[in-house]
Amino acid sequence: MRKILQDDDLEYAMGNLLRLGVVVSSIIVAFGGIIYLYKHGMHLPHYTTFIGDKSMFNSVSKIIIGLKEWKGQAIIQLGVLVLIFTPIARIIFSFIGFLIEKDLLYMVLTLIVLAIITFSLLAGTNIV
Amino acid sequence: MTILTFTLLIFLGSLLAGFLGSLTGLGGGFVIIPMLTLLFGVDIRYAIGASLVAVIATSSGAAAAYVKEGITNIRLGMFLEIATTTGAVLGAYVAVYTPVNTIAIIFGGILIFSAYISLKKKSEVIQQSDKSALARTFKLNGTYPTPQGEIAYTVTNVIGGFFTMVGAGLLSGLLGVGSGALKVLAMDNIMRIPFKVSTTTSNFMIGVTAAASAGIYLYRGYIDPGLCLPVTLGVLGGALLGSRFLTNAKTSRLRNIFAFVIIAIALEMLYNGFTKKF
Repeated sequence: MRKILQDDDLEYAMGNLLRLGVVVSSIIVAFGGIIYLYKHGMHLPHYTTFIGDKSMFNSVSKIIIGLKEWKGQAIIQLGVLVLIFTPIARIIFSFIGFLIEKDLLYMVLTLIVLAIITFSLLAGTNIV
Repeated sequence: MTILTFTLLIFLGSLLAGFLGSLTGLGGGFVIIPMLTLLFGVDIRYAIGASLVAVIATSSGAAAAYVKEGITNIRLGMFLEIATTTGAVLGAYVAVYTPVNTIAIIFGGILIFSAYISLKKKSEVIQQSDKSALARTFKLNGTYPTPQGEIAYTVTNVIGGFFTMVGAGLLSGLLGVGSGALKVLAMDNIMRIPFKVSTTTSNFMIGVTAAASAGIYLYRGYIDPGLCLPVTLGVLGGALLGSRFLTNAKTSRLRNIFAFVIIAIALEMLYNGFTKKF
């Protein structure tokens, strides 16, 4: 019973899911990059000083506003969000796998990992 | 230097970092932060954010290849991810309140430690005595394929391994690296898991661990699109090239050279950290 999740079709599916996430994200980042470099390529970089949360693209809502204006940086950040969600999607897939195997213990453990990650994704929105 | 030149140079540097990182198994993230800070004068917090995103990309990209070998221990990975994600969230919070020079010093120390681990000769003892009650409860024991057929292995010192993984997650969240070296150490030396299983399971965990601190970093403004563009695409491209070479290249010598380069970089980070140049 142990072996089902080790080298099964589900594992292949998960591997392909991860690769798909990386490919999709790379395409979005590259597309946004072209727009960004076209518009700002001749400006000067500003990375010596850290502006922290005054950044223009540091939350989902700010990214959406930027997307509506076709801002290159917002499109790149969308690609980064896709990338961040890729391993999370794998966790969700694992949960389905454990559900199929009726492994209650690991369904709970998987939910704990998901809860910790969700906390991190939501934490920034209301804590300081 | 315009943004265009800046982006192109960082892309080329990241390409090389990803290539070497994948050939040597040390991961490209370790070179990204020193490159951005020491060569390009980027604030270390932006460098950490970009490196973290690159770590998610490479570990997810590599996972597909690992899965084909069918040796990731999913249950072990999931069990230990509770430890690494907890550590990663803590690390991301601690990072916000840690002076940048202190972060640079810790980073230098971890670099030296990782280089040492990669240079050290490894000896493998496969445990087959089913002694750990915790390993049985959490179903952590498994088998892996070899040319001689499936080999069964058991896991020891589950608690020790778990807490080392909290530490690995903490460092990953604090420094924006995968801390694969510490993860493999916890699994090889403490839990006595076979190399083939520990390496792939570690890679499986790295992306999830990094994703756990990414949310906090995004809101804190560490993740800048202008830097993620060349770093992510560069490291990914380099890692892809590296995996093509991996099958026939002799990597042990390259690994030794790379380890010494990393030690040199680490000393530079330590020096700049102690003289408060960040």
